[in-house]
Amino acid sequence: MWAKMLEYILTHRAALLAQIGTHLWISLAALAAAVLIGVPCGYLAANSPGTEKWISAPFHVLRVIPSLAILVLLIPVAGTGALPAVIALTILAVPPVLLNTIVGFRDVPPFMTESAAGMGMTDKEILWKVRIPLAMPMIFAGIRTALVEVIASAALAARIGAGGLGEVIFTGLGLNRMDLLLLGGVLVAALSLLCGGLFDALARSLMPYRNLARQQ
Amino acid sequence: MIKFMTRHPEKIYIPLLEHIELVFLTLIISVVIASVLTLICLQNERLSLWLQQLLGVVYSIPSLALFAILIPVTGLGRTTAVIALTAYNQYLLLRNFTTGLNEVDPAVTDAAKGIGMTWLQVLTKVQIPLAKRALFAGIRLAVVSTIGIGTIAASINAGGLGTLLFDGLRTMNMARILWGSMLSAGLAIVTNALLKAAEERL
Repeated sequence: MWAKMLEYILTHRAALLAQIGTHLWISLAALAAAVLIGVPCGYLAANSPGTEKWISAPFHVLRVIPSLAILVLLIPVAGTGALPAVIALTILAVPPVLLNTIVGFRDVPPFMTESAAGMGMTDKEILWKVRIPLAMPMIFAGIRTALVEVIASAALAARIGAGGLGEVIFTGLGLNRMDLLLLGGVLVAALSLLCGGLFDALARSLMPYRNLARQQ
Repeated sequence: MIKFMTRHPEKIYIPLLEHIELVFLTLIISVVIASVLTLICLQNERLSLWLQQLLGVVYSIPSLALFAILIPVTGLGRTTAVIALTAYNQYLLLRNFTTGLNEVDPAVTDAAKGIGMTWLQVLTKVQIPLAKRALFAGIRLAVVSTIGIGTIAASINAGGLGTLLFDGLRTMNMARILWGSMLSAGLAIVTNALLKAAEERL
């Protein structure tokens, strides 16, 4: 089996690299879109306590829906291919980012903002120098959760014609070839762990002041 | 869609029942294993930290990848699905179980020890009753995640609602796709709501 796996890697090197590239591209595009949507919406929601419950409730529901269901449900609306996959993955990634942003801003201790105001900071300074830095660890934890989820679901997206490393696994399933299954599985797992590790390193270097709170 | 249901009711309720069975089976095995692991972790803090980190790594392996890696070892079918789903649940259950039990006020457990309770009595009569909400919340998270990942298990012939989804995708049959996705989403949402209501009444 190992020999066959090695042979496959050598003969399909270009295709494999392209699949890794597609996988990363789809995942990161969806994650970027989710951050662009989730963080501002979460900030707005955290600022208006009355509406917060109404905004977070549907996202809690969305969080519960199986990822495969979301991917597949979008086909009648968006069709198949890479772009629908990115849309579906964005829908999957928004809830953790948005919910964590709300919690992050809400949990900034009031005495911190009050003392900042007492020192004569303007509202803008309080936002950029106090509230955002303090909410950041929570927001980053949400983005990390979303990252892991998106990479996992991007493997499934191969089923709706988006390409990526899921193709190797599904081909292996279809042909009953253990070498392809193992290769695809290990590559997807390694990609997920590697991205998680890189993200942790990024978070540590950006926020040396606080451990990244693990949150799910 | 309605036509599909009236013509082939068995193609809808059999996957649904299979799915529920898969979730139940996984849940029972996971809770038993997690309870044992929790008892071990309560004794040894370093082992606990190490184990949680290991389970965290397992948890962040995408499910399709874990299934694919397990197939050469345990073959296609339900056994592999249950093993993978149980492995994922350990992370959620162990974390919630240990934090729940550790968050019980030390003053209370000290008082219990002070009146001469044994270690087992402190656990069953003080810590577990006080932490039951946190314990139950862990189980709820595990059930919902199992329902979700369980749909993917259909790709390795474990049955369940995922069969509707994957079959529907292959034949581009909208009725199947819609039934599969709506039932799996509905099952997850309803189960989550029911368990949450039960949790609040505890």
